Amino acid sequence: MSLAITLATARRIMTQLRHDRRTVALMVLVPTLVMILLYYVMDDERAFGHWAPILLCVFPFLVMFLITSIATLRERTSGTLERLMAMPLGRLDLLLGYGLAFGLAACAQVALALAVSLTWLGMDLPGPLWPLVLVALLNALLGTALGLLCSAFARTEFQAVQFMPIVMIPQILLGGILVPRGQMATLLEWISDVLPMSYAIEAMAHAVADADPGGEFWRDVVVVAGSAVLALLLGAATLRRRTS
Amino acid sequence: MMNLSGPAIAVRDLRVVRGGAEVLHGLTFEVPRGQVTGLLGPSGCGKTTLMRAVVGVQIVSGGEVSVLGEPAGSAGLRRRIGYSTQSPAVYRDLTVLENLRYFAAVLGAPKDDPERVLAEVGLAGAAGRLASTLSGGQLGRAGLAAALLGRPELLVLDEPTVGLDPVLRQELWTLFHRLAEGGTTILVSSHVMDEAARCERLIVLRQGEILADDTPDALRARTRTTDLEEAFLRLIEERAAA
Repeated sequence: MSLAITLATARRIMTQLRHDRRTVALMVLVPTLVMILLYYVMDDERAFGHWAPILLCVFPFLVMFLITSIATLRERTSGTLERLMAMPLGRLDLLLGYGLAFGLAACAQVALALAVSLTWLGMDLPGPLWPLVLVALLNALLGTALGLLCSAFARTEFQAVQFMPIVMIPQILLGGILVPRGQMATLLEWISDVLPMSYAIEAMAHAVADADPGGEFWRDVVVVAGSAVLALLLGAATLRRRTS
Repeated sequence: MMNLSGPAIAVRDLRVVRGGAEVLHGLTFEVPRGQVTGLLGPSGCGKTTLMRAVVGVQIVSGGEVSVLGEPAGSAGLRRRIGYSTQSPAVYRDLTVLENLRYFAAVLGAPKDDPERVLAEVGLAGAAGRLASTLSGGQLGRAGLAAALLGRPELLVLDEPTVGLDPVLRQELWTLFHRLAEGGTTILVSSHVMDEAARCERLIVLRQGEILADDTPDALRARTRTTDLEEAFLRLIEERAAA
């Protein structure tokens, strides 16, 4: 691993994004626009207060998952990954480069959605802002890591896009958004217990509702961060120097 | 550096299986240092697979490949080999210069190396253009330029002159010979016979086997012909008769 190569990789990915302004605009604006739409559809401060943190959880994850899985699939199919694997680039250099570049993009995304929610949409925060930002960023990183991992199992961009509902919908259904996790059938609750999004949503609920997020918040944060690291390591294992 | 006197590439009984079928059937050969060695043969004969094995990105099922005195694929070789693939491995959504700057950073090559290699492949005028807007020939030269970064000791070039006009091809071959005179070893593949004459040594490959491994002159002499295309046909007849 080399810091210089990791940073060069992150810079290269951000330059690619800079050349693709429409993608950046979509990435940064869409979550905020959905937030605004949600606010006017709900037309109810309390209901919006319930849904807003969930969106702040789901969006960074979703967008980063999609973008990373497509971007790494492109590296694999265009031959640039093979070129890099024949160069003195560590596998973690590449993964962390992606994490860093897309993490920064996620920052912009979350910052705008939060700014609009807290001012225009009148979302209330009893406590400090940082727990919310921390959870949103960890979620973006988790999405990046899982996107990397899933791209290894897709041959085409069509397949890669199909992984999005596979990874996303069960996590939303079982994450305690629609039905509290405690009310699910035992088997489903077990599954819910091993899905990282369940902890991300719980952490976000704490970050929004608690004046001083305590032990449970930190446990959830550690689980989400641990899942991201695990997915990153599994993703690194799928990058092969030698292929058939 | 070890083994400065030994061959640049030494391959012994190399076997590669792809998609359940053996595509390289126990190849043994050496590539001398500081020369342009041509890897010749029809499309699908295993040239690319062989080059990938030399670079160390191909899973091999048997045999030994030693490059610059180290086993192929060793971490220490990654700075010493320049590799350009047949379909140019560059980022289409970056400019040519941005591509080269990134690869130079990964290699730890000097800051002015991107400009140098662009001039060498005659692409300086397109430095600021997005790779996706380049023609096929320009794209190929961008990939070749990336392989030249950091002045590697060994260049493995898979069909670098496809789609180029005769003037550019001439220029690139002049560049290859200049690099070889400076001590760089070049392994270059082609399926065009008229390029074979420009190599100092030829390895002729067909259906995963070596038909000949000699100098162009020796090949002509052996097959009693002046034309390498003709020589290739004679070699196939020879093999069929044996």
